[in-house]
Amino acid sequence: MVFKHFPSAPLALALSLVAVPSLAASDAELDDLRAQVRALRDSYEQRLAELERRLARQAALASAPTAAGEGPRGFNPEISLTLQGQYRRMKDIDERHISGFAALADHDDHEHGGERGFSLDHTELVLAANIDSHYRGLVNFGIVDGEVEVEEAWFQTTGLGHGLSLRGGRFLSEIGYLNAQHAHAWDFADAPLMYTALFGEHANYGNDGLQLKWVLPTDLFAEVGVEIGRGAKFPGTDRDVNGIGSSAIFAHLGGDVGTSHSWRAGLSYLNARAADRHSHFEDVGGEEVTGDFTGRSRMWIADAVWKWAPDGNAGARALTLQAEFFQRREDGDLSCEGEAGSACATAVDSDYRTRQRGWYAQAVYKFHPQWRVGLRHDRLDPGTRDYGDNNANIARENHTPKRNSVMVDWSPSEFSRLRLQLARDQSMAGETDNQLWLQYVMSLGAHGAHSF
Amino acid sequence: MIRTLLLALLCLGLAGPARAGLNVFATLPEWGALARVIGGDAVRVFVATHARQDPHHIEARPSLIARARQADLVVANGAELEIGWLPAVLSAAGNRAIQPGQPGYFEAAAQVALLEVPVRVDRADGDVHPAGNPHIGLDPRLLLTVGAALQARMAALDPAQAAVYDANWSAFRTRWQAAIDRWQARAAPLRGQAIVVHHTAYPYFTHWLGLTRAGTLEPKPGVAPGSAHLAALRDALAGQRVLAIVRPPYAPEGPGQWLAEQSNIPLLRLPISVEQSADETGLNAWFDGMIDHLLALRR
Repeated sequence: MVFKHFPSAPLALALSLVAVPSLAASDAELDDLRAQVRALRDSYEQRLAELERRLARQAALASAPTAAGEGPRGFNPEISLTLQGQYRRMKDIDERHISGFAALADHDDHEHGGERGFSLDHTELVLAANIDSHYRGLVNFGIVDGEVEVEEAWFQTTGLGHGLSLRGGRFLSEIGYLNAQHAHAWDFADAPLMYTALFGEHANYGNDGLQLKWVLPTDLFAEVGVEIGRGAKFPGTDRDVNGIGSSAIFAHLGGDVGTSHSWRAGLSYLNARAADRHSHFEDVGGEEVTGDFTGRSRMWIADAVWKWAPDGNAGARALTLQAEFFQRREDGDLSCEGEAGSACATAVDSDYRTRQRGWYAQAVYKFHPQWRVGLRHDRLDPGTRDYGDNNANIARENHTPKRNSVMVDWSPSEFSRLRLQLARDQSMAGETDNQLWLQYVMSLGAHGAHSF
Repeated sequence: MIRTLLLALLCLGLAGPARAGLNVFATLPEWGALARVIGGDAVRVFVATHARQDPHHIEARPSLIARARQADLVVANGAELEIGWLPAVLSAAGNRAIQPGQPGYFEAAAQVALLEVPVRVDRADGDVHPAGNPHIGLDPRLLLTVGAALQARMAALDPAQAAVYDANWSAFRTRWQAAIDRWQARAAPLRGQAIVVHHTAYPYFTHWLGLTRAGTLEPKPGVAPGSAHLAALRDALAGQRVLAIVRPPYAPEGPGQWLAEQSNIPLLRLPISVEQSADETGLNAWFDGMIDHLLALRR
C-alpha cells in the first residue's frame, strides 16, 4: 500500500479539512480556508434560494387553475329562461307579406306577420357551460305550443389560441349586426323589414355547420370569420347533398373614439343555394300562383353601430345609432304553377333573376336609467325582377315597402323590460297598417353577459 | 382571392410580433395599478374601466376584445362584479391563456375573505353577488394580500422577470404598509362615525376604518332609489349624527342631493376605484383623498 507511507498532497489537504485542529496551519492558510468555506456556503445558499423560488413558482402555477374558485361560481350548467309575450293591435290582413320579395309559402299564418290581440311569443330556454377545458357548449330552445325548436346547439373551442375559435353545430350566423341576436335582445318588438325579407319569419339566418373566427392581434378590433353549413334555411333550401349547402364570410372592425364613443362596422357575404323553393306570387290577373325557384342566392350586408355614453358610463344616458344595408342577387330558374284559370294553369318554366336592396336605420336613446326611446326607419327596394317567359304571367308590383316605428321601453332592472311600440307599416302594396304593441321581455336564471 | 387574403392574414397573425414581458389586461384601475407596481417597466398594463364608470355595467366593446386577445394575464376583480361583460369579452377574444381556470386568469376577490356574503340568493333582493360584496379594493390591507398572490402569479407566468417582480413587490409592500399606518393614524377620529351610502360599495372601507353604515340610498343593491324609500330613510336618519352621504362618481347625484337637502347631511363623492393614473401615485392619492374628504367634514 503506497499511500500508507507516502501520503500525497491532495490527501493531506483533505485530511487537513477534516481534522484542522491537529494541523498547525499558518494564519494565512486559515483565512484562505475560511474564505473558501464562506464562498461555498454563499453559493449553496444562493442555489437553495433559487430552488425555493422555483418551487414556489411551480406551486403557484400548479395551484393556479384551482385557486379558490376563480371564475363563475353559479350553477353548472348556467340556465336561463326568457319569457316574451305581447298585446298587438293591427289590421286584419289575410296573408301578410312584403311586396316584391319572395317568401316561403309553407309557413303558418299566425307566425308570419303575427297574431292580433294577446299572444305568447316563444319562450327561450338556454343552457350553457364549459364542456371541459377545450370546449364550451350552448343550447337554445325556442318553446311554443306543441313544439320545441332547437334555435342553437353548438360547441365552441376555448383553447385554440392565436385569436382563433371554431364553432360547430347549429348557430346563428354572424353575418350582419342583428343576425346573431335573439329576439329578446332586439331594441324593437319586431325585426327590421330587411331581416324578414332576407331570412323569412324568424328574421335571422341559422345554419348547421362550422364557423371559424379569427381575431387579429391588433389594438383596433379586427375579426374575420368563415362559415359553411347545410344551408337549409331561407333563402336556401334543404337540398340533401354531401357538399356545402351555404357559405358565408364576414369581417368586423371596431374600436373606441375617446372615452365616450365606441363603434363597430362589418361587411358580410352569404352564398346559399335553393332547390324548388316554394313561394306565392300573384299572377297578372290577381290570382295566386306558386313559383318554385332553383338557383343561387347571394347577398352582401354592410352594418355599422355607433354607441355613445357620457364618459363611458351607460348607466343613466346613452345613445345607439345602428344601420344596415343589403344587396341580394338571385339567379336560377322559376317554375310557375297555378290552378285552372290562373296564368300558370299549365306549368311555365323560365329564367329567374332578381337584384334587390334595402336598409334600415335606428336610434335608441336612453334618457333615464330605466327608460329608453327608439326610432327606426325601414325601406326596401324591390329592384329588378326578371322572370323571363314568366314575366307575362307573374305580376311585378312596383311598390317600395317601408315602415316607421317608434318605441319606448322601461326596464326596472336589467332582467325585465316592458315596451310600447307604434309603427306605420307600408310593407304591402295598397295597405297602410298602423300597429300598436305592448310587449314584455323577462329573463330569469343565469346572468348572461351581453355582447356589444 | 378571398382564400388567399385569409391565408395571408392568418400567416401574419400566427407569426405575431415578438415581445418580452407580460401583457396585462386589468378590469379595474386598482388592479391595473397593482400590476404596474409589481411589473414596473417589464409589463404593459391595459385598464379596461375607469372610476367614473359603473364596473357592473360595462359594454363588451370591440376595443376590449382586441386588448384581451393580446393579453397574457387578465387581472379581474371577480366575485361576479364583471359578470355582465367580462365573460363576453373573454369568449370572443380567442385567447386560450386568459380563460377562467388558466394561470393567465387572476381574480382578486378569490384571494381574500369577502364581507356581506348573502344568506339567500334571490333576484328579488336586487343585484346580489352570491360570493359576497365584490368591492374589496377599498381596504388597502387587502391590496397586500391580493398583490402578494398577483406577484406570485406574474412570476410564475414570466419566470425571466421573477426577480424583478419580487424586488418591486417587496419595496412596494414596505411603502404601502407605512402608508396604511399613516392613514389609520390620520383616520382615527373617524372611528365610530356613521355614513349613508348610495350603493353598498363601501363595506371594506368602513370595516377598515371603523365607520358604521347608517343607511343605503338604493333600497336593494343595484336598484335605483325611489322616493318612498328615500323619505323613509330621511325619517330614520332624523336625530342621528351622520357624517356624510357617500356616492360613487358614476351614481346619479339626484337622490343623494335630495336627502342631503332634507337631512342637512353633506353629500360626498367618494370614488370606489383609483381615479387618477392607475399606478402607485394614483393608489396613494385615492386613499389620501377619501380620508381628507371625510376628515374635512368632521371639522
